[in-house]
Amino acid sequence: MSENEAIKILICQGTGGVSMGAKEVEAAFVKILAEKGVNAIVGKRCDVIKTGCRGLCANDVLVDIITPEQGRVTYDFVKAEEVEKIIEEHIVNKTVMEKRKAKPYYNQFVDAQMRVVMTGCGQIDPDSIDAYKEEDGFKAIEKCVKSMKPEEVIDEVKKSGLRGRGGGGFPTGMKWSFCKASPGHHKYLICNADEGDPGAFMDRSLLEGDPYCIIEGMMIAAYAIGCDFGYVYVRAEYPLAVQRLQHAIDVCYEKGYLGKNIQGWGLDFDMRIKMGAGAFVCGEETALMASIEGFRGMSRPRPPFPAVRGLWGYPTNINNVETFGNVRHIINKGGDWYASLGTETTKGTKIFAVTGKVKHTGLVEVPAGMKIREVIYDVCGGIANNRKFKAVQAGGPSGGCIPAEILDTPVDYDSLIKAGAMMGSGGLVVMDETTCMVDVSRFFLNFTREESCGKCVPCRIGLKVMLDILERITEGRGEATDIATLQDLGIAIKKASLCGLGQTAPNPILSTINYFREEYEAHINDKRCPSNCCKELLLWQVVEEKCVKCGACKKACPVDAIIWEKGQLAVLDKEKCTKCKSCYDACRFMALE
Amino acid sequence: MSEAVAQQAAEQEPVIDLSLANKIIDKFIDLPGNLMPVLQGAQDEYGYIPRVVADLIAERLNVYPSQIYGVLTFYAQFHLKPRGKFIIRVCVGTACHVQGAPRIVETFFDKIKIGHAETTPDLRYTFEKVACLGACGMAPLAMVNDSTYGAMTVQKVDEIISDYNQRPMK
Repeated sequence: MSENEAIKILICQGTGGVSMGAKEVEAAFVKILAEKGVNAIVGKRCDVIKTGCRGLCANDVLVDIITPEQGRVTYDFVKAEEVEKIIEEHIVNKTVMEKRKAKPYYNQFVDAQMRVVMTGCGQIDPDSIDAYKEEDGFKAIEKCVKSMKPEEVIDEVKKSGLRGRGGGGFPTGMKWSFCKASPGHHKYLICNADEGDPGAFMDRSLLEGDPYCIIEGMMIAAYAIGCDFGYVYVRAEYPLAVQRLQHAIDVCYEKGYLGKNIQGWGLDFDMRIKMGAGAFVCGEETALMASIEGFRGMSRPRPPFPAVRGLWGYPTNINNVETFGNVRHIINKGGDWYASLGTETTKGTKIFAVTGKVKHTGLVEVPAGMKIREVIYDVCGGIANNRKFKAVQAGGPSGGCIPAEILDTPVDYDSLIKAGAMMGSGGLVVMDETTCMVDVSRFFLNFTREESCGKCVPCRIGLKVMLDILERITEGRGEATDIATLQDLGIAIKKASLCGLGQTAPNPILSTINYFREEYEAHINDKRCPSNCCKELLLWQVVEEKCVKCGACKKACPVDAIIWEKGQLAVLDKEKCTKCKSCYDACRFMALE
Repeated sequence: MSEAVAQQAAEQEPVIDLSLANKIIDKFIDLPGNLMPVLQGAQDEYGYIPRVVADLIAERLNVYPSQIYGVLTFYAQFHLKPRGKFIIRVCVGTACHVQGAPRIVETFFDKIKIGHAETTPDLRYTFEKVACLGACGMAPLAMVNDSTYGAMTVQKVDEIISDYNQRPMK
């Protein structure tokens, strides 16, 4: 019985999968396979393999079954109760359950992408070093140590044009060469996995789905720069990522891939996980280092840059998880190959977390330079509930909103900045006609104000003042001069803040004022919210011309405040209404105002 | 701290077993940058950082209590007061916000009569708003301890509360 003949059952076990019951599904597969003696019946070994996230988290639990007869077949929304039937039909009787198969959009979702960094995610068992080695694992570091000088490794990365994937977009090769040029024989390497942007989770998925790939990326960087100790700074909110990475590190030590004289190659590298404690600002490099040292995570002025004086005063190089994820592919396939992907200024691929009011939320990896329209409509299936697209928010709380008119902007660092947004960590939050842009700005500002470390005044006090103004506007107490004040404040805060948090925090407001000024004006002058979103400005009544008498609002209402009979217009009983707005979201015709 | 306040604080704090904290300190004492791992360990052990434990850590790691207090109040993960048996977390990240997280938060406020980062007097519930749990595909999202509840509605809040109201405290 040869290995490739075995039947493989791949079960998605990222955070999304586990919370939808992937563990139970796996247990059910193992139990039923054993009980029924399926191995003997089909004359082949059935391997149940847990994998990392494969992107389409909204459809979890995803199960792939690979058999010699049918090839790869994907089932979605699998529940533990269905496992017996799937085994019976698919594996024993060898007939694909067409009804339960993932719909064609799953293939569309997968085919429209280009997976480089995420090749391993969803294909291999993240806890198994052997599975990683089968996928050419640790080949890249071996190639570096055996046939390349550290300078050549840096040149290869420079040639690839790889830029920091954490948001800033600084050329990675340059960063490495700065740190290498710093004097001193003790240098630190840090992997920044403090992924705090709400709506972005690619770093988590990489750590959960392919932790060895990140370790190898760090080993290559350590060899090139001459670092002997590495930290991975992971958010405390990602317990599964911490657990899988810790397991991978332990195994690497056991098998001699970490520690002194790795594999007899003469390379020393130690690694440790450092857990964050819930502070967004710690994603900023100087704040992150302060946090590792055991202080409040507050940023400090640069220079000196970390490459010169970093952690505990030693030269330090910090890169994002996704950046390290790219490194091994660059070494394996060459810098020229990597540079051939993407656009003039942004090379390679980028992972985006597409969320919000889009049909298929999830992680997508596409070549840089793809149009935002293609990402939303071709890969992710367009807007949910057939509503009208309004804007997409790129780059999290530091980014900006991109309206429908410039949806053909390519996703690369420079085009997005030109459009008033930024790549950021790669979160794309899609908004439809029911999302109020003033409310979204208020939301982001509230987030950045809470997360400001409080060290410098423009950020600490300026953001608070801007937030007060925005709250006033959403409550219908806006004044005519407010828009100009917001713009003035925003520009001042951008110029005067110390670190990236303050310098980018006004972006969401400035970009929405730029593209959606009429919404601000409607709030201020007419005391109306055009998207029917801001509570204080709602009339709590049904628009009779728009109501199609469907009754969706009645079903959504938790307190029976909607009076509706079949074929009748809905009426909202203001006495009973608790103003939760469930009906506004349920109505597909914007018939409540 | 005035005497009366100190006495009041002493009355509120139950007896703390310091040997657990000492064990954690022993584990990390030689590690550079050990303050955060020690505090995280203590938090896991006690559920919060009692005053006496903070003082012990200050003494044994040779850092000022003021620095410890600074760290404890800076990071959202650390708590200075005992926490509830069931910790309710509602995600208010971007994706959840546009899908209606605010009404989920308000309904919880309404039902258990506590606000953000507060604990009910009977120590049954602690409520927290959190920014992004990383499962945006299931927005809006709520968590009670380790159980995740996706696609939340106001109705589901009722179900969750009545379920957890019946669970034993021990």
